[in-house]
Amino acid sequence: MPGLVHVTTTINGNQTDFLCEPRQSLLECLRDVVGMTGSKEGCNDGNCGACTVNMDGRIVCSCLVLGVEAQGAEVNTIEGVASAEGLHPIQQSFLENAALQCGICTPGFIVATKALLEAEPDADEARIRHWLAGNLCRCTGYDKIVRAVLDAGERMRAG
Amino acid sequence: MTTANQVLSEVEYDVVGKRPVRPDGVDKVTGRAQYGADLNLTGLLQGRVLRSPHAHARIRSVDTSKAEALDGVRAVITAADLPFASMSKDELGGDYNRFKFLSDNFLASNKALYRGHAIAAVAADNAHIAEAALALIEVDYEVLEPVIDVRAAMQDGAPLLHDDLVHTSAMGEVSEKPSNVASYMKFEKGDAAAGFAQANVIVEREFTTASVHQGYIEPHNATAHWRADGQINVWCSTQGAFVVRANTADVLRVDVSDVRVTPMEIGGGFGGKVSFYLEPVAALLSSKAGAPVKVLMSRTEVFEGSGPAPGSWMRVKMGANRAGKITAAEIELAFEAGAYPGSPVMQGATCAFACYELENGAVEGYDVMVNKPKTSAYRAPGSPQAAFGVEQVVDEVAQKLGVDPVEFRLNNAVTEGSRKVEGPVFQKIGLVECLEAAQNHDHYRTPLSGPNRGRGIAAGFWMNRGFHSSVNMTVNPDGTVNLIEGSVDIGGSRASIAQQAAETLGIGYDEIKPQVVDTDSIGFTMVTGGSRTTFATGWAAILASEDIKTQMVERAASIWDVPAEDVEYDSGVISHKSEELSFTFKELARQLYTTGGGITGTASLDPTGEGNSFGVHVVDVEVDPDTGKTEILRYTAIQDAGKAVHPSYVEGQIQGGAVQGIGWALNEEYYFGNNGQMMNSSFLDYRMPTSLDLPMIDTVIVEVANPGHPYGVRGVGEVPIVPPLAAIANAVEQATGKRMTALPITPGSVLEAEWNGG
Repeated sequence: MPGLVHVTTTINGNQTDFLCEPRQSLLECLRDVVGMTGSKEGCNDGNCGACTVNMDGRIVCSCLVLGVEAQGAEVNTIEGVASAEGLHPIQQSFLENAALQCGICTPGFIVATKALLEAEPDADEARIRHWLAGNLCRCTGYDKIVRAVLDAGERMRAG
Repeated sequence: MTTANQVLSEVEYDVVGKRPVRPDGVDKVTGRAQYGADLNLTGLLQGRVLRSPHAHARIRSVDTSKAEALDGVRAVITAADLPFASMSKDELGGDYNRFKFLSDNFLASNKALYRGHAIAAVAADNAHIAEAALALIEVDYEVLEPVIDVRAAMQDGAPLLHDDLVHTSAMGEVSEKPSNVASYMKFEKGDAAAGFAQANVIVEREFTTASVHQGYIEPHNATAHWRADGQINVWCSTQGAFVVRANTADVLRVDVSDVRVTPMEIGGGFGGKVSFYLEPVAALLSSKAGAPVKVLMSRTEVFEGSGPAPGSWMRVKMGANRAGKITAAEIELAFEAGAYPGSPVMQGATCAFACYELENGAVEGYDVMVNKPKTSAYRAPGSPQAAFGVEQVVDEVAQKLGVDPVEFRLNNAVTEGSRKVEGPVFQKIGLVECLEAAQNHDHYRTPLSGPNRGRGIAAGFWMNRGFHSSVNMTVNPDGTVNLIEGSVDIGGSRASIAQQAAETLGIGYDEIKPQVVDTDSIGFTMVTGGSRTTFATGWAAILASEDIKTQMVERAASIWDVPAEDVEYDSGVISHKSEELSFTFKELARQLYTTGGGITGTASLDPTGEGNSFGVHVVDVEVDPDTGKTEILRYTAIQDAGKAVHPSYVEGQIQGGAVQGIGWALNEEYYFGNNGQMMNSSFLDYRMPTSLDLPMIDTVIVEVANPGHPYGVRGVGEVPIVPPLAAIANAVEQATGKRMTALPITPGSVLEAEWNGG
C-alpha cells in the first residue's frame, strides 16, 4: 500500500490541503477526499467531459489528472462558478434556455463554457460546437446548450 | 424564442404552455444536486462487481477465499448468497423463470450468458482495494460457444442459452424442443395475400439493426444499508423507485415494507434505468459487512453489463395500387432479447404499421435470446427498428409510384377511427396534422441543391402509457403549496407537473414547491418512462389540486357560516356566489391552522386515455463520395404533443430523441469480436454524437389536444427517436441511389454499397 501524499493546492480561490494516494485522480480527490461532488464521473477515461475543471487556466478532464499534480496549481470547479451575489450569467442562461435535462453533464459544460467565453466572448455557433465537442450530452442534442452559450456570451458582453 | 422552434397551439392557458425555470435548476447548474454517486454516509464502504470475461460459459466453481483474506475487504458475495440461486424448479413452480432469471441477472448462478455478466461482488474500505480483491477471485469457467446474431440464434443446432426453455406462441402453442426463441406472436387483419394480388407495386426487403446503448452519461449506482433491525435502505439512480423496491424485495425474499428506496437525482435513463442491476447486490454486501455499501459501475460495465436496445432482423413487404393506396403489408421481426426473454418485439410489432390505414396486414414477431446483456427499454422500445424497415419500404413504394413521399403518407395516414392490425382503434390523433406541417414547412419547401445531397422524411409512432401515479399537496400558511410526487425528474417534470397544479389552482407557478420523495413517503407511482409522467403524474397533480379546491371552498363556507354550495372557486379566489365575501388563496391559506387545521389534497390514479403520439422528421444529408461519411445538413422534427405543458422541455425531448436517432443511424453499434466480446466498450469507440457532428435541430410542436387529459396532454419523450433512422436512410438513398438496409450507415458501409453497386 503506497503512502499518502500531502497536496497543497488552490480550489476556487481557497488554499486547500489534502492527503491522497499517488494513484488517485484529481476527480477522485475532489469527490472522495475533499468532498466536492459537483464534478461528475461519466467515463473515467477522458471521453465525456463531465468531470471538466479549470486547472491553471486550461480546461482538463479531472479524471485524467492525478491528484498529486494539483500541487501548487489553481483549480477551479463548478462549485466556484456562482458567487455570493448569485448565479453566473452562464448558469442563468442555461436555466432560462432549458439547456439541461438530467443535468449530469451540466457542471462540465458550464466550466468548459466559462473558459471559452472568458477567452472569446463573441464565440459563434461553429466555435462553440468545436469547443464543446469534448463534452458529451445525451439528453439535449446540444441545440439548447449551444443557444444558451450564445445567449450567455451576449449577457457577458453586455456586462 | 427563435423561429427555429414553432408551436402550433389550439388552446392557451395561464401557466400550462409557458416556459418557467425548473424548480431543481439552481442545484443542477451549481453542482449541488445530489446524484447517486454523490451520496456519502458514515462508515460507507465501496462495492465493485466481478464480471464474466466470456460471452457464454458454465461456471464450475467460484473461490473467493483469497479476496476475503485481503486487508480492507469487508464482504464478498456470489450467487450462492441469493435465495433463488439454489432453489429448484419444483420449489418455485410457475414463477421459476421469472425469479430465477431475475436473480441470475444480478449474480450468475450456473452459467455466464454474456461478457459482463455479474459473477461476484466485493465491499471494501475503498474502491481500489475492492478492485484488487476482484482480481483475487478465482472462477473456473467451462467456456461455451456463444451465439450473438439473432438469425444464427434461431437456427437449429445453435448454441442454447437455456437448455430447458421451450417457447410458447401468442396463440398458446407450446413448442416441444428447447430453443433460443422465447416467444412468437402473430397478428393479422384482412387478407394479406388478397391485398398483394391487388397491388400494382410491391416492395419487399430485409433489414438489420445493431445493438445500441441508451448512453446515459451517469453510470448505474446503488447504495444500500441493511440495518440491524432488518430495514433495508436503498439510494440509487433509477427511473422507478417502486420498481426497485418490488424487485429488490422479490429477489432478496423480504417484504416490500422492509425496503425503502430513495431515488437520487438521475443522470439520464432513456429506459435503461427502468432495469436495475446493483441494488440487491449492494444490500447483500451491506448485510454481510454490517455497514452501508455503495456500488458503482464503470463505463465499460455500463456497456457490457446493462441493457442495450436489441439488434434486430426484419423482413418488410408492402404493396400499393396506382391510386397510391396501400393494399397490403406484412412484416416479420426478430429481436434480440439478450440473455433472458423479454425484447420489445411486441412493441415493435404493434408500432410497425401504426401510421398507415391497412385493410390487409400481417405482423409476426420473434423474441430471441443471444449471448448479449439482457436488453432494456430504450426510448419507444422496438419502434425505431420497425420504422427503419417500414419507412424505407414506404419510401420506395412512393418512389415507384412516382408520388411525393409526404403526399403518399398523407394518402394512407391513420386518423381517428382507424383500426390497427392487432385490433385497437385510434382515438383523436395528429398524424395528418404533422404531415401537413412537414409539407408546409420552409425546410420541405426549400429545394435541396448541390451534389451528393439528399432529403429524407419518415414518420413514427408511439402509443404512450398511462399507469399509476400519486401526488400529495399541502397548503402552507404563506399560500404556497408543497407538491410531493414519486416521479423521478429526468428532464424537467417537476416543472411540467407544478405547472398543471398551478393552472388548476389558479395560482402562480412559483407558489408550487415540487419534491420527489422516497417509497415510504408517497403512494405507488410507476416509472418515469413510457412518456407517461407529465400525462399521468400531471393528472394526479390536477386531481390533488381539485381536492384542495373542494376543501378550500368548504373551509370558506364554514368560516362564513354559509352552505358550501353557495361558495365557488375561480382562478385562485374563493368567493360567495351572491354576497360580497371572498378570500384570495393566500388569505385563506393564512387562516387554515386556526379555522380547522391544514389542508392536504391527495390523488392516486391509474389513468387510461393516454393519447398516442406521432412524429414526422425531415432531414437533409450530404454523403462524401470519397470517404462515405454522411453529414447532417439540416434537420426538422415535427411532433404532435397534445398540449405542450412546457414547450422548451418538449422541444428538448424532441431534439434529444432525434439526436439519439441520428447516432443510431450513423455511428452507434456494439461491435463484437468472434468470441462474443464487445470490442468498443468506451465512449471513445462507441461514438455518440458530439456537438460538432450536428446542426441545430429545428422543431415544430403540433398541438392536437388529447381528449383523454384535462389539458390535452400527450406523452412526448419517446416518439422522436422513431423516425430518424429511416429518415436518414431515405436521405442517403436520395444522395447516393443506394438503399442502406443495415444499421449503422457507416462510411464503410456506404462505400461498400457504392463499390458493390448494391
